[in-house]
Amino acid sequence: MNYQFTKYSSIAGLVASLFALPTMAVAAEKIVKIDGSSTVYPITEAVAEEFQKATKTKVTVGVSGTGGGFKKFCRGETDVQNASRPILQKEIDACKEAGVQFIELPVAYDALTVVINPQNDFATKMTAAELKKLWEPAAQGKVKTWNQVNAAWPNTPVKLYGPGADSGTFDYFTEAIVGKAKSSRGDFTASEDDNVLVKGVVGDKGALGYFGYAYYEENQDKLTAVAIIEKAGKPAVLPSKATIEDGSYQPLARPIFIYVNATAAAFKPEVKAFVNYYLENGKPLIEEVKYVALPAKEQKAVIAHWKALKPGSGFGGKSEVGVKIEELLARIK
Amino acid sequence: MMNKQQTKNLNEVRAMIQRHKLNDYIFSIIGLLCLMVGLITLLTLFIDLILQGYPKLLSLSFYTDFPSRRASSAGLLSALVGSSLVMLVTFLSAVPMGVMAAIYLEEYAPKNWFSDLIEINVSNLAAVPSIIYGLLALGLFVYILDLGQSIVTAGLTLGLLILPVVIVATRESIRSIPIAIREAAYAVGATKWQVVYDHVIKYSFGGILTGVIIGMARAIGETAPIITIGALTFIAFLPPSPVTTTAPFLNFEWLSSGFTVLPIQMFSWLSRPSEAFHVNAAAAGVIIILVTLIMNGFAIRMRYKMRKNIKW
Repeated sequence: MNYQFTKYSSIAGLVASLFALPTMAVAAEKIVKIDGSSTVYPITEAVAEEFQKATKTKVTVGVSGTGGGFKKFCRGETDVQNASRPILQKEIDACKEAGVQFIELPVAYDALTVVINPQNDFATKMTAAELKKLWEPAAQGKVKTWNQVNAAWPNTPVKLYGPGADSGTFDYFTEAIVGKAKSSRGDFTASEDDNVLVKGVVGDKGALGYFGYAYYEENQDKLTAVAIIEKAGKPAVLPSKATIEDGSYQPLARPIFIYVNATAAAFKPEVKAFVNYYLENGKPLIEEVKYVALPAKEQKAVIAHWKALKPGSGFGGKSEVGVKIEELLARIK
Repeated sequence: MMNKQQTKNLNEVRAMIQRHKLNDYIFSIIGLLCLMVGLITLLTLFIDLILQGYPKLLSLSFYTDFPSRRASSAGLLSALVGSSLVMLVTFLSAVPMGVMAAIYLEEYAPKNWFSDLIEINVSNLAAVPSIIYGLLALGLFVYILDLGQSIVTAGLTLGLLILPVVIVATRESIRSIPIAIREAAYAVGATKWQVVYDHVIKYSFGGILTGVIIGMARAIGETAPIITIGALTFIAFLPPSPVTTTAPFLNFEWLSSGFTVLPIQMFSWLSRPSEAFHVNAAAAGVIIILVTLIMNGFAIRMRYKMRKNIKW
């Protein structure tokens, strides 16, 4: 009887300690906590991996998406936030309410790439206006064949693939092409997993889709990228390192960001060291994971902005297409 | 005349038996086909994963490396350790609670509308989608109890998730013990607790264990609630060790550490653009299926052994 009692009370004690102990054991250990966009994740992961090897400081990276990540960031739970779009007004408000100030740092460029099936030999160049005709909400159920977009193209069905509405890629594409964020036709095959989009376009002669450049780069042999004509009279431009750097790939080149908690940047040396490392040693890592690093001049401006620890966002809570990074940083006083 | 009639009857009966035997045969074929559909699907999937993931499965470094941006040097270590520690917390929280709740419901609870209500609720809970548990845990454990996005939060969340499974399995197992066993024990003067401890739990142990392991096997593959409470994707260090070399030899800091688990690691690899990461994902898939198979196999073996030892 006594033996049984000890046995059960020890189990009960163990369970109780499970509930009680973690609260007192919140470690004072130095960890850089990062969360946010899946688009920025590969870059931050690469930097985190190298930074951890070089300095033995622990870094964790989560993938809650830009929106989910900002929720945590504005509660002060994370030190650094990965973002594939600028911070929105409601997120700025949330941060303000919680007393979280942030430093906005563009870290690289991504090129949204419009792709077609390699068997498609007519739509290799498209104007932004043609893309709008294809993707705007008014096209839903109406624009079903290629010749409806451009009379010179054949009367064959067009099938569309794109990221789901929660994605920052979707937000940027609709903003840049249709003119209003989140404004898109609904009758396309949507997936949060870009590999599904790749498979869709590869397997469908009449398909057109869009996603981040890295997914095109890995599947170049199976897909054709569409050269984009920004407006009539401008040349058709294919996405590449060169065309993104010189700013000619418009309007689908977008900067991607990290947001750093200003208090952490000032008072946590490990966070400061991490961001320093990110900005100074990031270039080869960014290229390794198939994104485009900022040109040297812009990079310098970002580093200067970081060293000055200037809080705030240059976007004022709105998304914006085609803004120059230096101009953006200059807006933050 | 009579004879003819009898022969005719006999022939009819024989024909009927033949017909029924044929029906039996047809049904067994259909049943076998149904079984095959499930089995072959699983097998195809499993073999496909193995074929895709075997280069990684065979390399030792896959199990000892941390995640990395390079597919070739990315490994499962933090996910393996994370999954094991989360499972440990799940086990310690769900099993004692679930088994005790089931014993109470079966042996102690009065049969009235209230225990009926509890019973219906428990069965319903077993069918609640796992994401709901994730949302509940995010509010309760992460914010109200302030446990953070930690191993203990994940373990308790999955503990809640499998609690109904454990309760239902334990009750079924307790119910299968003949009432005569209890009556015999009472007849020789045993108290209720003695009956429960020395007979009911002992005889139903195999069944309880099966329920527990099946619940754990479900928990290890869960992704949705774990993502909701904020598991990490890149974590290249291990939580502090639960066992230390100095007194008091136990360290509970690991409970509040961040973590990742096998299904999340697999998911993260699968969504990469590069084909090489998909090999890693396939290998991780094989590991998850293997762990589940081993756990289920262990459950079946334990149940068999326990059954053999019971002599009524």
